[in-house]
Amino acid sequence: MKKLETIIQPSRFEMVKEALAEIGVEGMTVSDVRGHGRQKGHTEVYRGREYTVDLLPKIKIEMVLPDHLVDAAVQAILKAAKTGKIGDGKVFLSNVDEAIRIRNEERGENAL
Amino acid sequence: MRWRTSGALCLLAALICSLGSVAVPVHAQTALPQGAASSSLAAPASPPPADRIARLEQQVAEARSSGDNAWMLVSSALVLMMTGPGLALFYGGLVRKKNVLATMMQSFALMVLITVLWALVGYSLCFHSGNSFLGGLGYFGLRGVGPLPDADYAATIPQQTFMVFQLMFAIITPALITGAFAERMKFSAMALFMALWSFLVYDPMAHMVWGKGGLLNATLGGRVPTLDFAGGTVVHITSGVSALVCALYLGKRLGYPKAPMPPHSVVLSFIGACLLWVGWFGFNAGSALTAGSLATSAFVATHFSAAAGALGWSVSEWLRNGKPSVLGGISGAVVGLVAITPASGFVGPMSALVIGLAAGLICYFMVATVKARFGYDDSLDAFGVHGAGGTIGALLTGIFATRAVNPIFRDARGNALAVGLLDGNGRQVWNQFIGIAVAWILSIVGTLIILAVVDRLIGLRVPEEQETQGLDVSQHGEEGYNLET
Repeated sequence: MKKLETIIQPSRFEMVKEALAEIGVEGMTVSDVRGHGRQKGHTEVYRGREYTVDLLPKIKIEMVLPDHLVDAAVQAILKAAKTGKIGDGKVFLSNVDEAIRIRNEERGENAL
Repeated sequence: MRWRTSGALCLLAALICSLGSVAVPVHAQTALPQGAASSSLAAPASPPPADRIARLEQQVAEARSSGDNAWMLVSSALVLMMTGPGLALFYGGLVRKKNVLATMMQSFALMVLITVLWALVGYSLCFHSGNSFLGGLGYFGLRGVGPLPDADYAATIPQQTFMVFQLMFAIITPALITGAFAERMKFSAMALFMALWSFLVYDPMAHMVWGKGGLLNATLGGRVPTLDFAGGTVVHITSGVSALVCALYLGKRLGYPKAPMPPHSVVLSFIGACLLWVGWFGFNAGSALTAGSLATSAFVATHFSAAAGALGWSVSEWLRNGKPSVLGGISGAVVGLVAITPASGFVGPMSALVIGLAAGLICYFMVATVKARFGYDDSLDAFGVHGAGGTIGALLTGIFATRAVNPIFRDARGNALAVGLLDGNGRQVWNQFIGIAVAWILSIVGTLIILAVVDRLIGLRVPEEQETQGLDVSQHGEEGYNLET
């Protein structure tokens, strides 16, 4: 089992979600987040006062997937989320030791 | 179809009556409408022509009064709408979201507080005849302010209508000041300050400019006739200059100017500004105090100046920052409205465009450059918009006012005299200057005294931790947005 933590542009979310559904990903957790990497923010001007907005809105998708889906999922995300511009986001992969379904206490990949 | 038949019958009956000698057949009479039949029958017994003319004149006067009164009541409601929700939304959107309710509440509280004070003594101090500086107490408790007009002010509407129209001005003027000390003043201190300010600054200024025998009154025996159609000096200079004094006295908000304090919702401000624009038709065109052509002229001037103001501000911003902002556009419209206020009933549409454009350019410079250079924290630019815009407008009124629009000055034989500089009356610019100076001095001195008194009595600013927490929770125990619930 691997956990995929993916940060993407909000405008790409629907495409990423569809691409993941196509390869058979059944669950995900999504949050609205703000942050920045190497991408610089933008400035806003209110009555002559400039404000630098360096934390930009992004979407974070968290998924824990069985090993056989991981490569396909990463490919799907890379394809769907890419605009080619700075600020497209990142995918982080990490190992997951255990997963437990709360309802019936199933464990491991069966719980996903 | 039926109407046409009966109309033709009336005509026929009139013809028959005028011929006199022809007897009216009985069957024709029964077919006549009630009115025509009775008038033709009552003709021999009708009152003498003089009485009929007198009755007709009274009916014409009553009809005129109804028309004027309808417009003035609508105008009064429009001016109230400028404070709530207009100004409350305009200012509410410009603060951070932890202060949105407190900011709106300041405008609302003045709708309440000033109304009560006005009923007790405020109206009397402004509009009862007194000395050159303040009205008398003859209208204490609105005694004698009823359905009869006061011909000195407005001959065709009940004085009660005039009273309630003027009340709406007394409400919005202090509400404009709240923009200067937004996000840091105690609610209790605000209320006490405003009550005192209303007596010490607004009432004297309104009496001097608009009251009988006031020092600056243009038509009712003022020694220095100053032109202020709808409140350039009385409303905008007093509020704007007092706002600057408040901003300087209270000091900056915590973290200003380092911490970012962008408006939390330009959307709210946009709605507020557009309500102000509409309400301003009541403010300026209503100040004609009649529903006649002068009201139309003021309406047109108001609208044109608002548009030109928005254009002036937006273009300067576009050139300087590369983008025309929404906040800039609506701010420009408001300064155009502010600047045309004293001039609205004295100038034509082309002058209104010039006044609005000038205000848009100059006020943008005041807000974007001058404020930053001097470093004072006039949070929502009450001075940059109302103080600067009001002063520009009052001065330009002396230049552009014309007898073609409003022949306010007449010689002994009733001939219209020149009004403004371009009309041939250069002295008016000097008079406007005196009016502006009086408004500035009264506002500075009065506001300083009141601030010092309130500061000693209860303190002006909230403690630091309350300012950080936000005034919504610390002053009112509420939050503007409970979106999670």
